[in-house]
Amino acid sequence: MAINWFKYSSPASFYSLAGKMIPVFVVASVILLVAGLYVGFFVAPTDFQQGEAYRIIFIHVPAAWMSMFLYVVMAFWAGIGLAFNTRLSSMFATAIAPTGAMFTFIALWTGALWGKPMWGTWWVWDARLTSELILLFLYIGFMSLQAAIDDPRRADKAGAIIALVGVVNIPIIYFSVQWWNTLHQGASVSVNQAPSMATTMLMGMLIMVLASWMYSIAVILKRTRVIILERESHTAWVAELRKKEAVR
Amino acid sequence: MWIIKRDLLLAVRRQSDVLTTLFFFIIVVSLFPLSVGPEMNMLRTMAPGVVWVAALLASMLSLGRMFSNDYLDGTLEQMLLSPQSLSLLVLGKALAHWLVTGVPLVLMAPVLGIQYDLPVDALFVLTVTLLLGTPVLSLIGAIGAALTLGLRGGGVLVSLLVLPLYIPVLIFGAGAVEANMAGVGFDAHLSLIGAFLLVSLVFAPWAAASSLRVSLE
Repeated sequence: MAINWFKYSSPASFYSLAGKMIPVFVVASVILLVAGLYVGFFVAPTDFQQGEAYRIIFIHVPAAWMSMFLYVVMAFWAGIGLAFNTRLSSMFATAIAPTGAMFTFIALWTGALWGKPMWGTWWVWDARLTSELILLFLYIGFMSLQAAIDDPRRADKAGAIIALVGVVNIPIIYFSVQWWNTLHQGASVSVNQAPSMATTMLMGMLIMVLASWMYSIAVILKRTRVIILERESHTAWVAELRKKEAVR
Repeated sequence: MWIIKRDLLLAVRRQSDVLTTLFFFIIVVSLFPLSVGPEMNMLRTMAPGVVWVAALLASMLSLGRMFSNDYLDGTLEQMLLSPQSLSLLVLGKALAHWLVTGVPLVLMAPVLGIQYDLPVDALFVLTVTLLLGTPVLSLIGAIGAALTLGLRGGGVLVSLLVLPLYIPVLIFGAGAVEANMAGVGFDAHLSLIGAFLLVSLVFAPWAAASSLRVSLE
C-alpha cells in the first residue's frame, strides 16, 4: 500500500491531524511532569556535595537541552521551507521559536538560581553561559526579523536564512564545557559512559526531559494551528471550519 | 572587481560618510576614559575590549549603506538581473565596505591604543587582530544588511541580528590582545580569527546573496 507522505504537508490536513494529536501530548506532558517532579523532589536522594540545591537540575538540564534541540529543529524546518518552498514547514519553524526562547530563558534563569548557592554568584562570564545567552539573542533576532516583515513568505525565508546562519552556535554551546573547561561543570550525562549520578536522579531527569518534549510538541502544534488559521483565513476550508464552529 | 572600484568611487565622492564612521569610532573610544575615570592601569586592561566594541558598533552602523542606496535607485535589481554571480557581487560589495569603513578603523586603532597607554607589542597585536577581524564584520554584516533591506526599523533590527553573530570575533579579537599583555601566546586566538575569516569568506557572500533574492522578490 502506497502511503502518501505528503498528505500532511498540506496545512488543511495537518490542521485536523494536529487537532487530534494535541490532547494526547497535553495529557502525556502533565502525567510526566507530575511524575518527574515527584521523583525529583521526593524520591531522589540528597546530593552529598551540593545538598538539596542540586534539585534544580530537574528543570535546568531539560530546559537547556530543549533550548538547543529546538533551535536545531527550527533551523531544520526553516531550511526545508526555504529549499522546497513548503509553507507548512516554515509555519512550523515560526511556531517553534517562542517555545525555544522560553526554554533558553528558563535554562539561564534556573542556572542563575543554582549558581548563587554553588558558585556564590548569579552570573559568571563562562563559555557555556555566554553561548547560551547568545542563543537567546538568536531566538529573539529570528522572532523580531519575522515580526518586522509584513509579507509572510518573505518573513519565512528571511527567518530561515538567519536561523541557518545561527546554527553554528549550537555545537559551540554543546562542547563549550569540554573545550574551555571553565566554571560550568561538565556534562552530567553522556551516551558513551556510565552517568555520574544516582539512578533515581537520572530517572527523574529523564522523565522531566520527556515531559518537556511532550509539552513542547503540544504547544508547538497548537501554535502551528493558530498560524495556519491566520495565514489561510482566505481559503475555502477555513471558511467552512468557521461555519461549523458557529453552528456548534 | 568592477563593483569594488565603483563602490570605492562612490565613497570617495561622498567622503563625509567615511569620516562619520571613523569619528564615531574615535568618539566612542574616547567616551570610556571620561566615564570610568582616567586611571591608567584600569584603562590599559580595558583598552582591547573598548576598541573592539567600538569597531563593532562603527562597522555595524555603516551596514545600512551597503545595499540601501543601490536598492533605492534600482541599481540593485539590475545587479540581480546581470549574468554575473550574485555571490561574487556581494563579496565585492562587502570588500568595498571593509575598505571604506574597516581599514580606516584599523589604521586609527594604534593611535587610540596609545591614548590608553598600551605597550607597543600589544598595539601591534591589536592592529593585526582588527585587520583580520574587521573583514569578518563586513561579511557577516552583509547578511544582516541584505535581510533587513527596505524594512521599517531596519537599523535597529540589523543590530539585533548581527551583533550576536559578531560576538565570537569580539571575544577572540579582544582576547588575543589580553593574552599578549598577560604574557601568554596569542597564536591560537589569531588562528581562530583567521578561521572565522575564511569560513565567512566562503559562506557569507552566498548567504547574503540568497538573502538579497528573498528581500527583492
